[in-house]
Amino acid sequence: MTEAIPSTSAAPVELLDNTPVVEFKDVTITFDVKPVLQNISFCVERGQTLMILGPAGCGKSVLLKLANGLLGPDAGSIKIFGKEITTMPERDLYQLRAHIGMVFQESALFDSLNVEDNVAYRLHEERVSEDESHQRVVEALKFVELEQAIAKYPSELSGGMRRRVSIARAIISSPDLILYDSPTGGLDPITSTTIIELVMKQRDVSHTTSLVVTHRLQDAFVLATHRYDAAKGMVPIPKDGPDHGIDPGIKFLMLNEGSIVFHGTTQELVRSEDPWIKEYLS
Amino acid sequence: MPLYSPEVYIKKNVAALQEYSILSGRAIADIFSPPRYWADIFTQMDSIGVGSMPIIILTGFFTGCVLALQSVTALQQFGAVSKTGSLVSLSMIKELGPVLTGLMVSGRNAAGMASEIGSMKVTEQLDAMRALGTDPIRKLVTPRLIATVFMLFFLTIISDAVGIAGGAMVSVALLGLNASSYLHTSYQSLIYGDVVQGLTKPIFSGFIIATVGCYCGMKTTGGTQGVGRATTQAVVVSSVLIIVVDFLVTRVMIGIFGS
Repeated sequence: MTEAIPSTSAAPVELLDNTPVVEFKDVTITFDVKPVLQNISFCVERGQTLMILGPAGCGKSVLLKLANGLLGPDAGSIKIFGKEITTMPERDLYQLRAHIGMVFQESALFDSLNVEDNVAYRLHEERVSEDESHQRVVEALKFVELEQAIAKYPSELSGGMRRRVSIARAIISSPDLILYDSPTGGLDPITSTTIIELVMKQRDVSHTTSLVVTHRLQDAFVLATHRYDAAKGMVPIPKDGPDHGIDPGIKFLMLNEGSIVFHGTTQELVRSEDPWIKEYLS
Repeated sequence: MPLYSPEVYIKKNVAALQEYSILSGRAIADIFSPPRYWADIFTQMDSIGVGSMPIIILTGFFTGCVLALQSVTALQQFGAVSKTGSLVSLSMIKELGPVLTGLMVSGRNAAGMASEIGSMKVTEQLDAMRALGTDPIRKLVTPRLIATVFMLFFLTIISDAVGIAGGAMVSVALLGLNASSYLHTSYQSLIYGDVVQGLTKPIFSGFIIATVGCYCGMKTTGGTQGVGRATTQAVVVSSVLIIVVDFLVTRVMIGIFGS
């Protein structure tokens, strides 16, 4: 298994100290007349993983699309790498997105391209040479343990394999921020564990800042209580260690009906006395 | 079908017109700045141009045939059967060639564009494209626009030529007219303005087919059912617009060149 992820052709984003990678301030977005997100404010620091939880239709995916500039808010401010993206021209947004990887809910692989061309899509856009591109694709596919599928088309892959290709496509340029939109949605428990292990591997090997949308609590808690070990794979964080069995870099954001109902650490979440949160966690 | 108040209906349609205009404007503007997707342009030229050849040749040929058959009946009453070639060539080059080619390509390619881009939209592939740093208008719309306008121009010329050839075949083989006389009157009756008129129309039709097909695809919502709806809408809107714009271009051309 290869651990090295190919280096990006876009230089890493340089942030001033204490500048959050993602910063939402009073963000509101309305579709037709229905407000989907209302006054959302939160920050994600460099290296942190923010787990976004909530029932279906509460605006989790919309929040990720706002963070990537795929949707624009009706009100509020969104800063990515310290840059305001709500007023940024589309052309500049395309450059900024070179530093952001995104894994879509249904993988969103290009049907007409094979796995290699899907994973290398960004490299082809950046006019990277064929040899270098192929080498980086192979390395990214090794990371997701799918190098044997390099010549296949998306229609020949299972749901889990498609999701892994989608992860390979997102990480090929070593982004500074990765957005995962329900990476385990619609998958069986065993495949879900494989995907979560990949998310964990990317987090612990590359220390990439991530936003992970999920409606599966077990995935969120596995990410919070386990670490990736190169030899053993996914291992629990020792409870008698300095972190008391919980990754300190993980934070939770819970949404309900377009508003934040919780934002804090794993311990704060499990100790919350809020009746709605208790019911959701039970 | 949901019922809207007149105010909502008007606002919705004005917003759609605005979005269509912005999409068309950006697709044109992208022609003049890099990056340009040459491979996509040539692929689309092959798909739209070469792929449409069989239907264009068949439609053009039989339109010319039927035009000759029909016109002979009318011309016989005035003793002007020798003018059949003139009537067929003028009708084909000024009107039927451009319009029928536009309608046939619209049925084939506006539908194809709407369904292809619509499927990409409902499976989040357009969002994925944007997330990967590619402008879908530059990558998908502009190559289709260039390819359709460029290829429709030549498809119309082919349609005109086979239409006149079809008319010649019917006139000579079935109606017993003189081949030399047919071709001579066909050629003699054409003036510069007729050719310009016939070759200006496909430029407008090509623009309509590509922009309407892509716009309907990019605005698709509602899963596979939505893709079907977008496809139908693309064919209906582009076909109607081709005929309306044909009338307007004809009027302008008559204003410029006379008759």
